[in-house]
Amino acid sequence: MQLSKTGKRTISAIAAVFAAMMLLLALPVSATADEVGAEFENQIIGNVRVAGEPVEGAKVSVTGNGYSVSTVSDEEGKWSVGVPVVGVYEVAIDRTTIPEEAPIEEFGPLTRQVEFDLTSTVIANYYFGEAEREEVGILAQFLTRLVYGINFGLMLALASVGLSLVFGTTKLSNFAHAEMVTFGAVIALFLSSLNINPFLAILLAVLASGAGGLAQDVVIWRPLRRKGLGIVQLMIVSIGLALTLRYIFQFFIGGSTSQLPSLGGETFNFFGTLTLSTTDIASMAISIAVLISFALWLTMTKTGKATRAISDNVDLAAASGIDVDRVVRYVWVAASALAGLGGILWAYFRPGIKWDMGEKILLLIFAAVVLGGLGTAFGALIGALIVGIMVETSTLILAPDIKYVGALIVLIGVLLVKPTGLLGSKERIG
Amino acid sequence: MDWIQILSNTAESILSPVTFAFVLASLGLALHFGFAGLLNFGIAGFMAIGAYGYALSILRFGFPWWAGILVSIAAAIVFAILLGAPTLRLRGDYLAIVTIAAAEIARLLFLTNTFDDFTGSASGLFGYHNSFREANPLPDGFYGLGPFSYSSTDWWVRIVGLSLLIVVIWLLWALTRSPWGRVLKGIREDEDAVKALGKNVYAYKMQALIIGGVFGALGGVVYALPSAINPTVYVTSLTFFIWTALLLGGAATVFGPVLGSIIFWVLQAFLTNVLPALTQDGAILEGLTSQQGSTLRFILVGIGLMLIVIYRPQGIRGDKRELTFVK
Amino acid sequence: MSNNEPVKSTGLHIGDAKPGVAKKDPILVADHVTRSFGGLTAVDVEHLEVPRGAITALIGPNGAGKTTFFNLLTGFDTPNTGEMHFDGKSVRGMRSHQIAKLGQVRTFQLTKALSLLTVLENMKLGAGNQLGEGILKSLIPSIWRKQEAEIEERAIELLNRFKLSEKKDDFAASLSGGQRKLLEMARALMTNPSLVMLDEPMAGVNPALTESLLGHVLDLKKEGMTVLFVEHDMHMVRHIADWVVVMAEGKIVAEGPPDSVMEEQAVIDAYLGSHQETDLGVVTGRVDASEGGEKQ
Ligand SMILES: Nc1ncnc2c1ncn2[C@@H]1O[C@H](COP(=O)(O)OP(=O)(O)OP(=O)(O)O)[C@@H](O)[C@H]1O
Ligand SMILES: [Mg+2]
Repeated sequence: MQLSKTGKRTISAIAAVFAAMMLLLALPVSATADEVGAEFENQIIGNVRVAGEPVEGAKVSVTGNGYSVSTVSDEEGKWSVGVPVVGVYEVAIDRTTIPEEAPIEEFGPLTRQVEFDLTSTVIANYYFGEAEREEVGILAQFLTRLVYGINFGLMLALASVGLSLVFGTTKLSNFAHAEMVTFGAVIALFLSSLNINPFLAILLAVLASGAGGLAQDVVIWRPLRRKGLGIVQLMIVSIGLALTLRYIFQFFIGGSTSQLPSLGGETFNFFGTLTLSTTDIASMAISIAVLISFALWLTMTKTGKATRAISDNVDLAAASGIDVDRVVRYVWVAASALAGLGGILWAYFRPGIKWDMGEKILLLIFAAVVLGGLGTAFGALIGALIVGIMVETSTLILAPDIKYVGALIVLIGVLLVKPTGLLGSKERIG
Repeated sequence: MDWIQILSNTAESILSPVTFAFVLASLGLALHFGFAGLLNFGIAGFMAIGAYGYALSILRFGFPWWAGILVSIAAAIVFAILLGAPTLRLRGDYLAIVTIAAAEIARLLFLTNTFDDFTGSASGLFGYHNSFREANPLPDGFYGLGPFSYSSTDWWVRIVGLSLLIVVIWLLWALTRSPWGRVLKGIREDEDAVKALGKNVYAYKMQALIIGGVFGALGGVVYALPSAINPTVYVTSLTFFIWTALLLGGAATVFGPVLGSIIFWVLQAFLTNVLPALTQDGAILEGLTSQQGSTLRFILVGIGLMLIVIYRPQGIRGDKRELTFVK
Repeated sequence: MSNNEPVKSTGLHIGDAKPGVAKKDPILVADHVTRSFGGLTAVDVEHLEVPRGAITALIGPNGAGKTTFFNLLTGFDTPNTGEMHFDGKSVRGMRSHQIAKLGQVRTFQLTKALSLLTVLENMKLGAGNQLGEGILKSLIPSIWRKQEAEIEERAIELLNRFKLSEKKDDFAASLSGGQRKLLEMARALMTNPSLVMLDEPMAGVNPALTESLLGHVLDLKKEGMTVLFVEHDMHMVRHIADWVVVMAEGKIVAEGPPDSVMEEQAVIDAYLGSHQETDLGVVTGRVDASEGGEKQ
């Protein structure tokens, strides 16, 4: 699993072969960096690369605040060092441990200062020279990105339809929704650590996410609705809840990335660049099946129809005998369960589970929902696919580390060009 | 547990540049949200613009430090106009989504490897202090009392930070008690009513967005003054922490944000020192790792934010008659 | 109400009193103004002139398009077609605050008191051309302090007239619904308007207060202002209006002095069109709040 994803990320056949060989040789090389000072909360981490290729064994030393330590980079070029207190540190790399051909002069000084601010991790990367781009047919590249984009878009859709429904029925812009994405993944991680069958663990985690949504509505949102809080106030409460949940996750799983157990299966390769594992294919199939069932629920069942009636006009729905509170409770359960499932699938796609993974896609979820029209579940589905495909295909032109920028710019653009269709109709004046 | 040390560290946070930065940014947000009702969720973006504007103009263009501050101000004005021009005529939640997205775009652009030569990408920026430190009129040495003992450089940072702070507090105070501030408050309550009285609501909102944005950028400058710029700081969590500080003190007040930011950082500093200590053997939180201990403080921030907004939306210094939340 | 009969202005129009009739001295002129929402044409006004210095009532059944027409005239909404002139100046395409600055001020059907401002602050906000409202001048109180004192004096005078002076330091949020209507009207007067447009000033105001509100509206006329108001209360219309304009389904269906216009077949049809079963006496009499308040 890990392997095929690495290949996916780098689009570099060489890297994949290299990694595969490492695995085949089963050398006792640790998967993560040499753990120096891992007991400390504050970490200085970094990457060492020459022309995009990781450098193993580069010696990095960290000095400051009366503390001095050194480490070497692992086979992925990564290193990390824990330090006892936050503050300013000097990071230096040993010239003799970097390959001769590295363009050191271009890079600048090898010794640099880093400082801890609000976060417990700072990064000091040493990238010498540009990565060489592999020449692959543009069409193949595009198709590859398109498939990944659809896969990502489907996961985004699982998270987005719920946010949209919650907004439709309660007018809450729920900033804590992305935390339910993390929640699903974290619970799946917890359950699989108990050595339960991974498929059962996933199912239970989705149910637990639904229960989490129920709990949120019962404990927080319904009482606040009764109390008559304004929408801005509710929105800020959801921000507080998001912070709380986010750091509760960090409390339990720490700051590192964890992996869900592999579900087995094979990896298939299409036209050279596209690698899909059984998990990827299953993930897409599950997303599609769940989204279709959900759409059927919305359109065919009484509760589903009531949900849409409430989104159209709460007062009218209430007046025509719909129990708004009950329907809203269903919406919370469904929204959270879907988000949880999205989180689990995303944990396989990224791959990995991290305490702040939800925060990373919060804005993409908002973008999807806004793009499709706030409050309409089907709009959110379309919006999510567009955002997913855009994020992945934009890496053909943009560097991967700004692939979200394009989606956010489109979000702003859409808001400006066609705002009324998106956030509801223009309000009546007078 | 070394209580003296803990209390001293805690007290020290009152005069720390980070606290000043928070005060400045939350004063900007007070003007935006508390007085004008603008939902700005991108204050971290303004701070990033301020910090990078300052450091980049010194490092890449060789400007003196004071010109760096002017560049920051100009950059914040441009950013505010870019954000506001298309959105200020639309409903309030548009501004919320646009600002949060714009702040992320700004951060990702500062962070990306693509512009590494210019922005320093993930390693941020450092080594832009020469001109600022040369301007320091204080002789070398170590001055101060108790927890407030700093080197001459550290004092210089604090003096400049505090001076900016005083100017900004005066500005906000003078603006909000004037007829200009009255128009702004009217807009917060109902902009159509204010339009019907012949006031150019759009222009007022733009002025407020710009001025508050400049305050935020100055916060970014003060954040960057002492040491280095780290792009991981300017995340949406920073925006949310500043909102917490603002709402804690009282959004529609001038001294509320000052008080709120100080309380926020004093509590943060206290908890940062106390919580890990409490996880030691024999203490209350025994059994937790020290990392879990310090994560607790952010959990408390989140819970605190929820409780303030639910039970005391007007903040510590807000008017008791204002039982309803601003907007 | 009858012991204090207001003086009616007469002879306002030229020729027969029919929809679109010309006025001797119009302050506001609308031509071919239309506005539709999707398939619904909410306003379709061929020609209308509002006479200067008089009180004109705009009446019509719920959903007739009165509020929408107000919005178009005051720049809060943009017409699909048409021209509008205020005091001879074209106001089409002007923004609401620019139109207000010309001296055409309005109130809203759903009262807009600025809740977390005090009553006095609400009033002071109304005054135009304030030096202290410029961002730079606001920083130097000595520039605006004198003007501010004058504004305050005028505000208190008006508050006295509207019997709100005791509340001047309370938040507007603490006022009753009727008091808010009064405050909104008083605040509008702070702008020194030449045309005051009131959207249902009486809705939700109790009969005791109605009397004094009527008095205030008549006072405006005495002071030389023009009043255009929307009202469902036919008693009030008959009592104070010099001229009545009737709208139905977006169109002006009748115009004329109050007594004659109420008898017109078009008016009866307009009201009966939607209330076949209702007796005309009920329609033209005082409409219950429950009926007058029904919304689309
Ligand atoms: N923003 C809007 N979007 C869609 N339709 C609207 C909008 N504003 C008004 N309408 C429609 O236009 C028509 C006229 O409405 P308007 O409010 O002008 O009526 P009115 O004459 O003021 O009625 P009332 O006496 O009840 O206040 C109504 O059918 C209303 O539903
Ligand atoms: Mg109306």
